[in-house]
Amino acid sequence: MSAETLSIKDVTKVFDLGDVQVHALRGVSFNVQQGEFIAVMGSSGSGKSTLMNILGCLDLPTSGDYLLDGVPVATLNRNRLADLRNEKIGFVFQGFNLLPRTTALENVELPLLYDRRQRIPQPRDSAIVALTRVGLGDRLHHHPNQLSGGQQQRVAIARALVNSPAIVLADEPSGNLDSRTTLEVLALFQQLNREGLTLVLVTHETDVSRYASRLVELRDGRICRDEPILVPRDAKADLAKLPAEEHL
Amino acid sequence: MKWRKLFLVAIKSIARNKMRSLLTMLGIIIGVGSVICLVALGQGSQKDIEGQVASLGTNLLIIRPGSSQLGGVHGGAGSLGTLKLKDVTALRNNASLLQAVSPEIRVQSQVVAGVRNWNTSIYGGDIEYLSIRNYQIASGRIFSARDLLVRAKVALLGQTVADQLFPGENPIGARIRIGNVPFQVIGVLASKGQSAMGSDQDDVILAPSTTVLYRLGDGKTLRSIVASASSSEQMDEAKAEVQQILRSAHRLSGEVEDDFRLRDQTEINQMATRVTGTLTLLLSAIAGVSLLVGGIGIMNIMLVSVTERTREIGIRLAIGARPRDVLAQFLIESATLSLCGGIIGIGVGLGGAAAGGQLLGISVVINPLVIALAVIFTGAVGIFFGFYPARKAANLNPIDALRYE
Ligand SMILES: Nc1ncnc2c1ncn2[C@@H]1O[C@H](COP(=O)(O)OP(=O)(O)OP(=O)(O)O)[C@@H](O)[C@H]1O
Ligand SMILES: [Mg+2]
Repeated sequence: MSAETLSIKDVTKVFDLGDVQVHALRGVSFNVQQGEFIAVMGSSGSGKSTLMNILGCLDLPTSGDYLLDGVPVATLNRNRLADLRNEKIGFVFQGFNLLPRTTALENVELPLLYDRRQRIPQPRDSAIVALTRVGLGDRLHHHPNQLSGGQQQRVAIARALVNSPAIVLADEPSGNLDSRTTLEVLALFQQLNREGLTLVLVTHETDVSRYASRLVELRDGRICRDEPILVPRDAKADLAKLPAEEHL
Repeated sequence: MKWRKLFLVAIKSIARNKMRSLLTMLGIIIGVGSVICLVALGQGSQKDIEGQVASLGTNLLIIRPGSSQLGGVHGGAGSLGTLKLKDVTALRNNASLLQAVSPEIRVQSQVVAGVRNWNTSIYGGDIEYLSIRNYQIASGRIFSARDLLVRAKVALLGQTVADQLFPGENPIGARIRIGNVPFQVIGVLASKGQSAMGSDQDDVILAPSTTVLYRLGDGKTLRSIVASASSSEQMDEAKAEVQQILRSAHRLSGEVEDDFRLRDQTEINQMATRVTGTLTLLLSAIAGVSLLVGGIGIMNIMLVSVTERTREIGIRLAIGARPRDVLAQFLIESATLSLCGGIIGIGVGLGGAAAGGQLLGISVVINPLVIALAVIFTGAVGIFFGFYPARKAANLNPIDALRYE
């Protein structure tokens, strides 16, 4: 059995809006082992993003425990949390969240600006490598408003990968991509996953979830399904099967 | 943390809103500019005043006769003819703290040279008189001990007088008439310019004291005795000594008031310093107020900037910036903004000072200390007034910042 990277137990999240209280998570428990590729599904508003934010140490649960590599996240101060986000976690936001008026390259370099321990010695080169891996090697100096939605999403993915994190949390990374680019991104994810990266990926599409090794489904702030996918599809193979003329 | 990168980020975000940055800096620019300009002009004019004071003579002491007082009615200053040549001798013989002593006799008279004439002051003094009063010879020679002895009718012309009586000519050797007495010009004085009080120090003729006293004057009354003290530190001691010597020479007992008056240069200096002191205080007040106003402007714009860039801050925090990194980023930005304003202000101030100096005809003194202070202060203002907005940015919660609309 491999080590448990993430472990949450009875996690709830309540948003207090004054007159109403929104129960986004109503007691969620699950563990993520190192090297897993988890697809999180669920209808809109079921609490997927809320869960991801908690896993990404961006938000704290209202109640329940969250252990990251055995460390209770609730006990960490802001600086330690910042370091965790910088070194261990790559986060792909649902709404990209790129810096405007800043080139793709600089956006991808951004996490390395805060790489206090200089884990990555050549920030610029690493950023170029990350962008090339998502197929944007020719768009290094474009600003986000000069990129398509799918390209912006891929810049966001490159930014999540650039600090060689142990875990990548991706909130609908394929939402704006066509089927071919989706497959390319999935192939990249699968390859990184084989290299040891732990992946949690939120998706609406059942097709996308088939490439994961485990499927978790949320409904109304609770886990209603959690099962392994015994035979995940191979994105690289599927990519090869696509008709060549679709590639433009 | 990579300071160079942070600095570049700051420059970039300042450059992104050029107009806004410039307007924000305007307060600092005006404040620093006016202070730099006024200090340069103020110190320049102080230098001018000091020069003028020095041109009166070095460590100058002036002894004037006292004013007469008959039945409670005061005469004007010097209305008592109490100073005599023997007082000069007494001072020469007894004073240990004086370097040089000379009588000063003054006569106002019409001076004629050929077809030209001019009304001017004729000062009589001993040889020391020139050094005490800080006169230098431009051409020709000064009068000699023998000239003094024989009451020689020789004269040294001030530049103004020379220009009036001998325009474009060399006056040396020429004959002039002062009143009814013929004189020979033996030299021309170097120009001293205006005195601190604004009178033309070149509109004079110098001649031996004996000549002026006996040939032009009444033969006994001195206008004053001038002396230079040996050192500027011992002015007060020198004055006390002069007072004591003259009191005993005039046989003044215990309670009797002095029948002479003593003035020295330090009084004039003090006046000048008092003026500059007030000026400095005023300038500091302007500097303080303008830096305060400029600082508040910076704080205001930084708060706007933090609000505008809430999402950016959220992104930075989310990908691993520590609160202190965000704090540093915004502090550097506000300090840079303020510093840029300060540096532009220094440029504007120096330009203004140069122009103002030209216009008003006063010297401009560029004081590196003041410039260094301006740089330090504007930087400090940026950090001080940037702190609150920067801390506000650093304390944002990443997820709230990301959700900010
Ligand atoms: N900051 C917030 N304040 C108040 N309510 C919130 C907040 N964030 C989320 N919610 C609520 O929590 C619930 C879960 O939201 P969440 O964003 O996790 O949904 P989701 O599963 O990611 O949906 P989608 O698939 O549309 O992205 C929703 O009902 C939402 O309205
Ligand atoms: Mg969501």
